[in-house]
Amino acid sequence: MPKITYKDFQGGSKTIEVENGLSVMEGAIQNDITGIDADCGGSMACATCHVYVEENWFSKLPKAEDAEVDMIDMAFEPKKNSRLSCQIIINDELDGLVVTTPEKQT
Amino acid sequence: MKKTDAIIIGAGPVGLFAVHQLGIKGLKAVVIDNLDKAGGQCIELYPDKPIYDIPAVPECTGEQLTTRLLDQIKPFKTELFLNERVDEVRQDKENWVVKTNNKKEFSAPNIIIAGGVGSFEPRKISLKDAEKLEDKSVFYAVKNKEQFKNKKISIFGGGDSALDWALELSKFSKITLIHRRNEFRGAQHTLSEIKKLEKDGKVSIKTPCQIVSLDDVNELKSITIKFDDGKTEKISTDVILGFFGLIMKLGPIAEWGLNMDKKTIEVNSKNFETNKKGIFAAGDICSYPGKLKLILSGFHEVALASVECFKRARPNEKYRFEFTTSSKTIQNRLGKK
Repeated sequence: MPKITYKDFQGGSKTIEVENGLSVMEGAIQNDITGIDADCGGSMACATCHVYVEENWFSKLPKAEDAEVDMIDMAFEPKKNSRLSCQIIINDELDGLVVTTPEKQT
Repeated sequence: MKKTDAIIIGAGPVGLFAVHQLGIKGLKAVVIDNLDKAGGQCIELYPDKPIYDIPAVPECTGEQLTTRLLDQIKPFKTELFLNERVDEVRQDKENWVVKTNNKKEFSAPNIIIAGGVGSFEPRKISLKDAEKLEDKSVFYAVKNKEQFKNKKISIFGGGDSALDWALELSKFSKITLIHRRNEFRGAQHTLSEIKKLEKDGKVSIKTPCQIVSLDDVNELKSITIKFDDGKTEKISTDVILGFFGLIMKLGPIAEWGLNMDKKTIEVNSKNFETNKKGIFAAGDICSYPGKLKLILSGFHEVALASVECFKRARPNEKYRFEFTTSSKTIQNRLGKK
C-alpha cells in the first residue's frame, strides 16, 4: 500500500499506509490525523481538508478542477501548492507523497 | 416569549422537512437560522449544482430543492426566524427555552437541531490588526453602501461577491481588486464590466497577490500586498472589504451539554433523540452507527423524531400512524379538500 506522510504546521509528521482508491483526506480521517476537518465529507463543498502538497509532488498530481481551485480561494491561507486532500486519490504512483496541513482549517 | 410545539434550529432541507413531518401530525414549529435565507448548505454552497440522489427527483439544484421544500411546507404557515443564531438553550420544567443572539426567546417541549455543520460565518483576514479594525475599516459584508462612498477601497476575493461589489462601489469610490490568483470566477457580464472599468482606470486589479500587513493600526491608511514573485506594493486604502467565502463553525451548540463526537451530536437511531430528553438532532450534525451525511437520511431522521415530538407535545393523546394518501385529517392540515 502507498505510504503517505502527513506533516503538521509545527513540524510533526506521521507516515501511514493508505489503500489505493481512497483520498488523502480519507486516509487522514481513518487514521486520526489531526489538522484535516473535512466538514462536507469530500464533496468539494467546503475547504476544510486543505493541505499544502510538497513541491516535487505537486506537479505530479492530476491538475485540480476549476471547482476545486475556486474552493481553495476560501481556504485558510491558500498557497500555490494548495490542494483539497479529498480530491487527491491515492494510487501506487503516489507512494511517498508528502502533504502538510495548515495551521488551521477554519 | 413565543410558545410552540417544536423549535427547529437550522433552515436547511432537513429543518424544512421537519416542519412538514411535525405539521402533518398537527404540531406547530418555528425555524431559526443564522443565515439570511432558508436552504442551508444547499443555498449557500451549491445553489446551482445538481443533486442526483433525492428519491423520485432525478435531478434538481440546491436552490430548486429549497424552493420545493418551502412550497411543501407552505400549508403550515410556519414562521422562519432568519439572521438569528441560537446562543442559549435552558430547561424550564418540561420545556426547553431557546434564546437567540438578538435576545428573542422561544419555548417548546421539543428542539430539533438540524444545524448541518454549524453556522456559516465569513472567513476573515488572518492578521491580528485586521481583527482590531473589524467593523471600523475592515468589513466582510456590505450592509449599507452609503458608508463606502468616496473612499479608497481594497476589495479581496475572486468570486461573485468581490466582483459585484467592485462594480457597484466603483460608481462612487476608488477600487482596488486584489485576488490570490489571476482567474476570477463570476458572471461573464460582470467580468467584462470589470475589465472595462480597469481600462478606464476606475478599478485597479492586483493579482496574484495576498495581503501582508495593515500599515497603520489605529487608522487605516494603506496596506501592503505581496505578489507571488515576491514583490510587494503599498496600496493606499481607507476600507478593506474581504470576500473569502463562508466557513462553518459549530458555535454555541457545543456548549449545550449534549454528548458530542467531534463536531457531531450523538443520537440514538430509534428516534434521533440526544442525551437530553426532548432535544433531537438530525441531518449532517447527528451521528449514530452507520450514519450517512445524505439529505435523504436527514429526511428519514426527522420523520422518526417527529413521532417522539408528538408524544412529548401531546402527552394525553395517542399517536396514530397515518398515510397522507388516505388520512382526511392530514389532508385537512395540508389544506386539501
